[in-house]
Amino acid sequence: MKRESVLPVLLPDASRLVQTALRERRDGWRVRLRASHGGALLAVFVTGCAIAQAQVQAGNPSILETIWKWTPLLARGFVFNLAISFMAMGIGSIAGLFLGYAQISLLSPVRKTSWFVTHFFRNAPWLVLLFYCMFLIPFEVTLFGTKIPIPDWTKATLGLALPVMANVSEILRGAVQSIPTTQWEAASSLAFNRRQTMWMIILPQCIKRMLPPWMNLYAILTMSTVLASIVGVNEMMTLTQRALSAENRPGLLLSFYSYVLLWFFVYCYPIARWTVHLEARYAVKQ
Amino acid sequence: MMDRPAVNKSPTQRERKRSGSDPSRPIVDVADVHQAFGSVEVLKGVSMIVRKGGVVCIIGPSGSGKSTLLRCINGLVPIQSGSIRVADFEVHQLRTDKEKIALRKEVSMVFQQYNLFPHKTALENVMMAPIHVLHEERNEVRERAVALLTKVGLAQKRDSYPGELSGGQQQRVAIARSLAMRPEVMLFDEVTAALDPETVKEVLNTIRELAREGMTCILVTHEMRFAREIADEVLFTDGGKIVEAGPPAELFDRPRMERTKAFLSQVL
Ligand SMILES: Nc1ncnc2c1ncn2[C@@H]1O[C@H](COP(=O)(O)OP(=O)(O)O)[C@@H](O)[C@H]1O
Ligand SMILES: [Mg+2]
Repeated sequence: MKRESVLPVLLPDASRLVQTALRERRDGWRVRLRASHGGALLAVFVTGCAIAQAQVQAGNPSILETIWKWTPLLARGFVFNLAISFMAMGIGSIAGLFLGYAQISLLSPVRKTSWFVTHFFRNAPWLVLLFYCMFLIPFEVTLFGTKIPIPDWTKATLGLALPVMANVSEILRGAVQSIPTTQWEAASSLAFNRRQTMWMIILPQCIKRMLPPWMNLYAILTMSTVLASIVGVNEMMTLTQRALSAENRPGLLLSFYSYVLLWFFVYCYPIARWTVHLEARYAVKQ
Repeated sequence: MMDRPAVNKSPTQRERKRSGSDPSRPIVDVADVHQAFGSVEVLKGVSMIVRKGGVVCIIGPSGSGKSTLLRCINGLVPIQSGSIRVADFEVHQLRTDKEKIALRKEVSMVFQQYNLFPHKTALENVMMAPIHVLHEERNEVRERAVALLTKVGLAQKRDSYPGELSGGQQQRVAIARSLAMRPEVMLFDEVTAALDPETVKEVLNTIRELAREGMTCILVTHEMRFAREIADEVLFTDGGKIVEAGPPAELFDRPRMERTKAFLSQVL
């Protein structure tokens, strides 16, 4: 469609604002981790350790020794967080691609249903979805006479995969719609049918546009895996609580929790940097 | 708005069908076409014919429906009434993909903004449609694509992506891409309007060469000198109608209608 501006002079600014607004709508909440966040976290950690060290009673191990002692256990928890994040991302992405593809269907019932599903799961709080899965999925199912247990972490993974699915669906829809209609027109004038146009011309161009918001989503998901502690999964945050109650010493809270956050920062920061890098590169190319 | 069955049964339509084998019959025949986007009527009864090998230039102010007319001829937008025939195809009656493919083998369009596929190299852009739409043999298509790129002077740029080419180069790749479908008719929609003055010439040279080789061309253009040089007939459109038509010498030098005079005095 053609849009004519009354004040063409304003167009570059206006269209940039529109672009930004559209991108925010498409990509949702963005995480912008900066090096300064890491610095602040480190400062909190050092302060926490200093305060705790001052409270160490004679004969007890130093605060750093205590943290070091618990690190292998916490690391195992962290690996569990990552495993949950990989699986939730994988399941959510695959389901989300189908859902997003349904959102651009020519069949109105398919399009409307998938739109509703997408927006329902996209706007529901993650924690609510997590509880929902925790309590609605049975702890075991019987298939052909054999009882198959469903552990809590599986339910948590599914609970986290739901919002991922909804966000990926919206990322795909946004990317397809951001491809200029002239590409459709050119394909059509070369006699490509809709399916061919979609798979050979539109979707390949979408991959580049989808990658940054998709990685951003992954960073959010990774940080959200600690929500699983609330529903009792043995991930890093749960293990931290356990370590703290085992130590049963005052002053450890700040140092331990900032230590955990540092782990997540170290993991997510490179992803955030790479996202920014990709965005800048694609912005120049287009 | 007339409904279609009534149009199909009109005597003129049957007459045309009967004269199907006549070699002198126009390759493009547009008769009293009305086209509207919603309630806005864009084409208000347009008729034109183009003979095989003919070059028709369409000029007129912006918004007068020139692009829409080309889109109708290519079957990209449906029309409300009237008829469009290209070669043996009644464009307004095509429904299935198969029929549309058959039409677009006959008539191919080049756009103002090139519209190349940015994720494919120049060569791949040219090869895609013959391979995937016409299902032709890959090696044969490749040979033809290289020949076409050579023809438009871009053989050495075959592995470049559109983003690495200048506007004029992209537009010439777009022309090669259209030619790869081996069309009988080429439609050019202001193909030089987005180009730098220096690169306009290289694109016009390509079109001139095509016209000399006998390709049937319909061009929407603002290059009046070029239109005068290559056109057999020039149409002046305004407000969704063809106001005046004639050979370039007549239309440019002795326009009859006031509207045409006013437009030409502005652009010449
Ligand atoms: N897809 C569309 N939807 C609605 N109106 C359109 C569309 N395409 C073109 N128009 C309108 O049709 C009129 C003619 O457009 P166009 O054929 O592009 O004119 P030209 O190519 O002569 O400048 C314009 O007023 C334009 O706004
Ligand atoms: Mg136009």
